[in-house]
Parts: sequence; C-alpha cells; structure tokens
Amino acid sequence: MYRLLKQIAKTGIVTEPAPEADESLRLLAQRLQDAVLGHFGRSLAVRHVDAGSCNGCELEIHACNSPHYNLERLGIRFVASPRHADLLLVTGPVSRHMETALRRTYEATPEPKLVVAIGDCGCSGGIFGESYASRGAVSNVIPVDVAVPGCPPAPAAIIQGMLTAVSSTSARRSSGASR
Amino acid sequence: MTHPFATLGIEAQRLPGALPAWHAPVAPGALRALAEKAKARQARLVALWASDETPRGAGYGLHVALALREGLLWIGVPLEREHPRYPGIADLFPAAARMQRAAYDLVGVHAQDSPDHRKWLRHAAWPGGQFPLRKDFDAGARFEASEDRYPFVRVEGEGVHEIPVGPVHAGTIEPGHFRFSIVGEKILKLEERLGYKHKGIEKRFEGMTALDAARLAGRVSGDSTVAYAWAYAMALEALLGVEVPPRAAALRGVALELERVANHLGDLGYLGNDVGLSFGFFQFWRLKEDLLRLNCELFGHRYLMDYVVPGGVAGDPGAAACVRLIDALAAIEREIGELRTIYDEHAGAQDRFIMTGQVTPELAAALDLTGLAGRASGQEHDLRAAHPIAPYRGLEVRVSGHIRGDVAARVSVRFEELAESFRLIRALADALPPGELRLALERPGAARRGCGWVEGWRGEVFIALETGAEGALHRVHVHDPSWQNWPLLERAVLGNIVPDFPLINKSFNLSYSGHDL
Ligand code: SF4
Repeated sequence: MYRLLKQIAKTGIVTEPAPEADESLRLLAQRLQDAVLGHFGRSLAVRHVDAGSCNGCELEIHACNSPHYNLERLGIRFVASPRHADLLLVTGPVSRHMETALRRTYEATPEPKLVVAIGDCGCSGGIFGESYASRGAVSNVIPVDVAVPGCPPAPAAIIQGMLTAVSSTSARRSSGASR
Repeated sequence: MTHPFATLGIEAQRLPGALPAWHAPVAPGALRALAEKAKARQARLVALWASDETPRGAGYGLHVALALREGLLWIGVPLEREHPRYPGIADLFPAAARMQRAAYDLVGVHAQDSPDHRKWLRHAAWPGGQFPLRKDFDAGARFEASEDRYPFVRVEGEGVHEIPVGPVHAGTIEPGHFRFSIVGEKILKLEERLGYKHKGIEKRFEGMTALDAARLAGRVSGDSTVAYAWAYAMALEALLGVEVPPRAAALRGVALELERVANHLGDLGYLGNDVGLSFGFFQFWRLKEDLLRLNCELFGHRYLMDYVVPGGVAGDPGAAACVRLIDALAAIEREIGELRTIYDEHAGAQDRFIMTGQVTPELAAALDLTGLAGRASGQEHDLRAAHPIAPYRGLEVRVSGHIRGDVAARVSVRFEELAESFRLIRALADALPPGELRLALERPGAARRGCGWVEGWRGEVFIALETGAEGALHRVHVHDPSWQNWPLLERAVLGNIVPDFPLINKSFNLSYSGHDL
C-alpha cells in the first residue's frame, strides 16, 4: 500500500487542458445551430460502437480515458448501453456484418441523439472502401453529425469531435427544443 | 541438394529470402499422410487458406503452412475445378477447423470428413454458393441481406441457461458474439461466433498494386501494424529477391519492439482495472501515452503506421533521437519495475489473477496455442529466437515462459517481455548500422511467391503472397495468431464464473479484425 501511495504522489497530475470544439468537423447543416459551448450543464453519456474498424481507432478511444486526457473530468463518460447514451461514437468502415447491429444500436438510443464518426474509415470507408463486405462511411448507414478524420485520429481530435457535436445539443436545449 | 524435409517424403523448394521457408506441391491424396508425419514431428499449424487458380488454367488451391524445427513449410495442394475438395486435417491440427470453414466460405473448397461444416466468416453479406475470393466474384457485388441463421451448440440440463453477449459489447472492444451456457454463475460452455468485422480485406488486396498494398497490410489489425507491415514487406522483398539495408532492418526491430511495449503497457493497465485496481490503469496508460507521443515525434506516427515500407523504413530518427529514446525508455522501465512490485504484492489483484482462466501446457500443445498466451502455457515458441533473421540474429532473444497458463502467467509473461524488449531496443538503437534506409523496389514482373513471418506482440503474424504473370497480386493471405488462440479462450473460461470473463478475455487480448478480415 505504501508503494502504491508513493507512486501516486510521485506521479502528480498529468491531465492536460481540453481541446476546443472544431466547427470544420461538422457535417449536418440542420444541426448547426448556435455553436455555443455552454454544454456541460450535465454529463454526456457516450456509447462506442465498433462497426468494423481495424482496431486502430479503438486504441485512441481508449487513450481518451488515460490520465493525460481524462475524459471523465469533462463530464463525458462511456456507458454500457445505447439506452443510456446521448452520443454514439462510431468507428468504421461499417462492415455489412455489423450493419444491422449498428442500425439497431442507433434505434435504441433515445432522441435527441448525436453521432460522431471516427477515423478516415468512419468518414469515408478509408482504405477498405465499399465492397461486397463493407458499406464504407458510417453516414451510409446512420445519420452522422460530426466526422473526425485521421488514421487513427489522435485523442484530442476525438474529444474535439465530441465537443463539436455536443455544442449543437446545448444550443438546442437553450432554445427550448430539447429534453 | 538434400532438403530438410526428406523424412516427410516430399520435394520442397527453398523460398527466396532470409526466412527459412520452403514450398512443396502435394497431391490431395498425399495430404493426410504428410500431415500425419508432420504432426509426429511436432509440427504446428501456422495457417490454412485457399486460392482460385482458374485464371491460370487450373482449378483451386489449398495451402497449408506448418512450423517445423527447420522453419516454415508451405504446402500447396492443387484441387480440381469441378468439385474442389480435400481431406480435412482438423483431427490432426484442431486449429484447422475454423480455417477450413473460412476457406469454404471464401473460396468454396470443401474439407471432407470434417465434423463441422457450419459457415464461419460468412454471415448475411453474401449468400451460400457465392465465394468472394473466386476470381469471377465481383468485389463490388451487393446482395440482399439474407437471413443469418447460425446453429449454436446447445447445452441441455437442469438449471442450465444461456447468456448471449454481443456483437456490440458494453466496453470499447471489438465486436464478436459470445454465447455462454451457465449453471448459477459457472460457465459450462462458451461458444464464440466471429466474422462481424469481415470487410473484404483479402479481396481488396487483389485490386491493388504490390507496393500500395503495404498500407492495407498495416491496417489488418491496427494494434499490430508494425508486425503486419513487416510481414508484408518481408514477403514482397523475398519474392523480389532483395534484402533490406541493415539500418532499415535494425529500425524495423526497434519499431516492432516499441509496438510490443505499447500493447503490453495498455494490457497491463486494463488487467489491473479489471480487478478493481484502477490505479494500475492510470499508471500504465500514463506510461503508454508518454511512449506514443515519443513514437509520434521520432517516427511520425503514434502507432508507427506506415513506418515499415517495402524496401525498408520510411524515416530515420537520427542519432540524437536514439539517445532520447533510450533515456525515455529507461525512465519507463524504472517505473514498470515499481508497478510490477505493486501488482505482485497486491493480494486482491493476485487473488483474481491466480488460477483464473487456466490453459494447461498439455491443452496448449494439443491445440497449438501460440504467441504470448502460448508462452504463458509452456509453449516456448518465439520466432525471434527460433529463426532469428536480421536484426535479431546475434541478439539472442530470451524467450519468456510460464507454465501455469492462468491470467497471472499471462501478466507475468507481459512483464518479462517488456524487460526483454527494452533490452533489444537499447541494443539496436545504440548501434544502428550506417547506410541506406530504403531500397527502391521494382514491380514484380512474373508469377512468384514469397512469405513473411513475424513475431508480433500477440504472436506470429504470417503473410503469404503470390503474384500473377503481370506482377499483379494474385493472392495475399494474411493470418493472425488469434485464429489459433480464440478456440483456447473457449476452453480457458470453463468452470470459471461469468464475472471473470472480461478479465480472462483481456488477458488473451485477441484480435477480431485480424481474424475476420
Ligand atoms: S481510420 Fe485508420 S485506424 Fe481507424 S479503422 Fe480505419 S484504418 Fe484503422
């Protein structure tokens, strides 16, 4: 126990400041309301869906929870069920074998919901493209709010993508259109 | 010249390249006898796949890669055009069972006398009777989603019930389906169903040039991008008869070991987390992040994607960077030393690790458990030591091993391999040979074959490459060690309780993407 506490004390706090939202990542114009970042009135529940990635994007999603980024401090937490989620974080390309599961997960997520597509593959199908086995971009299967390019996108870019998506929700909420 | 496989009764031809690898054509009728003899000589099955040879005026091909003491033996079995079939070998090499099913789904070659003919990689994306890796199959074809029926094996009995899990999981992990049959909390049976991530990688290769395809190879399983990119480059370089400059080989070694370190750090963090030691998660992931940032600075990518390229490597970190790398790793290594003591002395963690998810050495040997998990169950195979090619020649890689085969053993092997990787990186980065980084490669001109075989962090990654007459990619087979190890996970969980499944699963950390292709 002593060693453990010593290690904690020695490590200190390594968490870095959060990135800003990036409007250039926004896809759906109708959701582009007022991009105000007054969004942390309550915490954001995120459900990750791997719809066919190479697992590279997942590595960076994991890294978002590491102490340097410490996602939870921003009020963003990963939840185990789509029914508890405000936002789906989807990596792709969407394999045809995951198409139904992705669609069902989307349907099970309560409105209003946000979708952030992660990685070059999530954005466009990437190197895997569209084929007999791949539907390519996430937006070919479900509506996407924000798409974050990169192979894989770095944790800061992923967090930025989520913040960008959320800024529209808070805008809607302030205009009274949301829950 | 007498070749090393005379006792197997075959004529094998040495494949080009540094890897000790041979190719031998074998008639379908002779396959069983050969497989039996090889098994008697303790051969391990590395991979089994099929190809369409009809454009070459033949029928189909079955391919079997075996690991023997001397090296790798790639057996090519010509199958007839009309009813392509061959005698199955899953009774001798159990890991062949799923590979045979996949070979049917993708190429339509049939394993006779096989107890299990259920589909494996095919779900609903294409109908039975269509085979994506046949040459006349249109890569862009789109079929109406058919109904995806899959007969799971049922366990009957009083108080037995089933829990289906997935394909979408609760945490950030890749999709797959697990069906547990349980009594109370105890697992009586686990049946895996994979293939959800099948995205047509092998078909995609066939539309690419041999050089472009390297990027795709590096994305078969993103966590093993260096191992795959290197295996692909090795296969292509062998096929072209070129040898990469020593400086490039050394830097490849550094990259492969950095990949091992990054993955082991991440896994050790999660293994702590899964037993309620979130301290471990934060500590190991802090170290991992430090390493990823250093990777990015020195090699241009956090995970080293596209660093290994056919002909060499994509960049030179330079002498000053090597010194920084060595210093940074020394700091990480010191911290790992402390963390290991904390893990070892933490009664709660050890209580969960020890005797959980056990695979005995006997079972591991019978089912060809490989890689890191194999080494934790007494299977001390490591290509870096068994067949050291540049840059491992002369480095005398120490193979870590354990015999208990439980979660604790897989944790311990990771710690030991970290120490060995640090030593190897130091040795390589400290004495980088001078010279070029990359050779310009020509397009392959004729029909040839080559293979690459690399000990990635998870286990041995194997790539078999065949070019056609014009140098186009005729067949690229990529094989992840998870093929061997997934069936063992089904065994490792037996008698354990359901809440321990995530821990056991994590301790193997197998690939879905690399398996589903
Ligand atoms: S974007 Fe890159 S890392 Fe992400 S799934 Fe695609 S290939 Fe893998």
